[in-house]
Amino acid sequence: MAGLTRTDILEKVKKIIAEQLSVDSEEITLETHLVDDLKADSMDMVEMVMAMEEEFGMEIPDEEAEKLTRVEAIVKYVEQRLQEKE
Amino acid sequence: MKPRVVITGLGVVSPLGIGREAFWEAVQQGRSGAGPVTRFDASSFPTRIAAEVKEFNPLNYMDKKTARHTDRFAQMALAAALMAVKDAGLALEDEDRERVGVLMGSGIGGIETYEQQHKVLLERGAGRVSPFFIPMMISNMAGGQIAIELGIKGPNFCVVSACASSANAIGEAMRLIQRGEAEVVIAGGSEAAITPLAFAGFCAMRAMSTRNEEPEKACRPFDRDRDGFVMGEGAGVVILESLSHALRRGAPILAELKGYATNADAFHIVQPDPDGQGAARVMAEALADAEVPVEEVDYINAHGTGTDLNDRLETLAIKQIFGSHVSRLAVSSTKSMTGHLLGASGAVELIATVLAIQKQWLPPTINLENPDPECDLDYVPNWGRPGLIRNAVSNSFGFGGHNAALVVQRWEER
Repeated sequence: MAGLTRTDILEKVKKIIAEQLSVDSEEITLETHLVDDLKADSMDMVEMVMAMEEEFGMEIPDEEAEKLTRVEAIVKYVEQRLQEKE
Repeated sequence: MKPRVVITGLGVVSPLGIGREAFWEAVQQGRSGAGPVTRFDASSFPTRIAAEVKEFNPLNYMDKKTARHTDRFAQMALAAALMAVKDAGLALEDEDRERVGVLMGSGIGGIETYEQQHKVLLERGAGRVSPFFIPMMISNMAGGQIAIELGIKGPNFCVVSACASSANAIGEAMRLIQRGEAEVVIAGGSEAAITPLAFAGFCAMRAMSTRNEEPEKACRPFDRDRDGFVMGEGAGVVILESLSHALRRGAPILAELKGYATNADAFHIVQPDPDGQGAARVMAEALADAEVPVEEVDYINAHGTGTDLNDRLETLAIKQIFGSHVSRLAVSSTKSMTGHLLGASGAVELIATVLAIQKQWLPPTINLENPDPECDLDYVPNWGRPGLIRNAVSNSFGFGGHNAALVVQRWEER
């Protein structure tokens, strides 16, 4: 996962969200809120975090996962965790 | 007097086709829905044939997100329910939605999801099991999804009695209306168990035909050379409503649901009572409930699985109840064409029975080439034919010794 740019991460996150919530990835921006804009429920959120964990090879603790409701927050979080790993 | 209950809409997802027209056309032609298993690699299984539903696209009936989080059994249930509502011309926006119920049966539920997620548990650990596993797998979710999708808020529960599930669901739905707890009930069942684990289990029981080289000939109820059932999948849904409700809204009345009974063999977990007593008694009780004398029954849609015991004992049971009238009685197994839809079979067979009554046409038992001497009724062998049907009985029997029978009467404008 080393060497992923922020844009790479955003693209991967958008792909996961699009797949999990069955929305068009074109609709997703950094500003998109998963609950308010895309109507994700608590189970969708769990499933999405699991998909992020798989994709980026990391464990995301529940207390962190709860904060990951906006795309920008997810991208920043993933980026930070990947940097810590390096 | 208890309210009369009529059938006003039909929805079917079957190995013979999707929708009542496609289904009936195949029944009339005596077509088999069986073929090689394609849903998984069955090459190492003793049975490698099944009656699968071809070309079922859940996205024709629900959005992508719902489809992703719904097991195949519930997807097919929802599809059949939407078809039935449309067929009945039921405008739910004009109904009191608290007076509309849903009773759906399933013998097994979301076993495909169950197997996939169990694999995830073993291979990747507890933390990777989907949060949607439980809601996708539980048998009652077919009814739950139908209610959510249609916004109907009346009585709603799942009936589980193996291969009698959907016959029981329809019978209990009739009772809900008779007790005044609902005006309309969307009732039926669904099953999607053509999966490795379920298949392996039925193989281990030696319950399924191994005529792998001739899938279309494999299901041969009442034939001397029958060697087990052929597993099918699909869903059947009927719209039941009180006669007064149907007349008030000018609904298309297809037939009257006249009687229902259910009981148990209390004999063995999977084998039928060797005297056919439970099966005989359930037919008698259903006819008594319908207040229809045996002489006025013209057709029986048999459980007719194509297993050695069922076909022999069901024949015996029919003879016990109908006496000398059996010589004027047509009995057929539409499973010869659809395969055995397990928990959905009762509903799909009731639909076949309603269409038979409507068209006054007796569906065949296909592959009946060498009659078993112990099975000596008129099974409408190989080719269907026109015939008077005033009343018909549809039988369903399930593992556990569950028996259910429904009595349907021709509807005449009067």
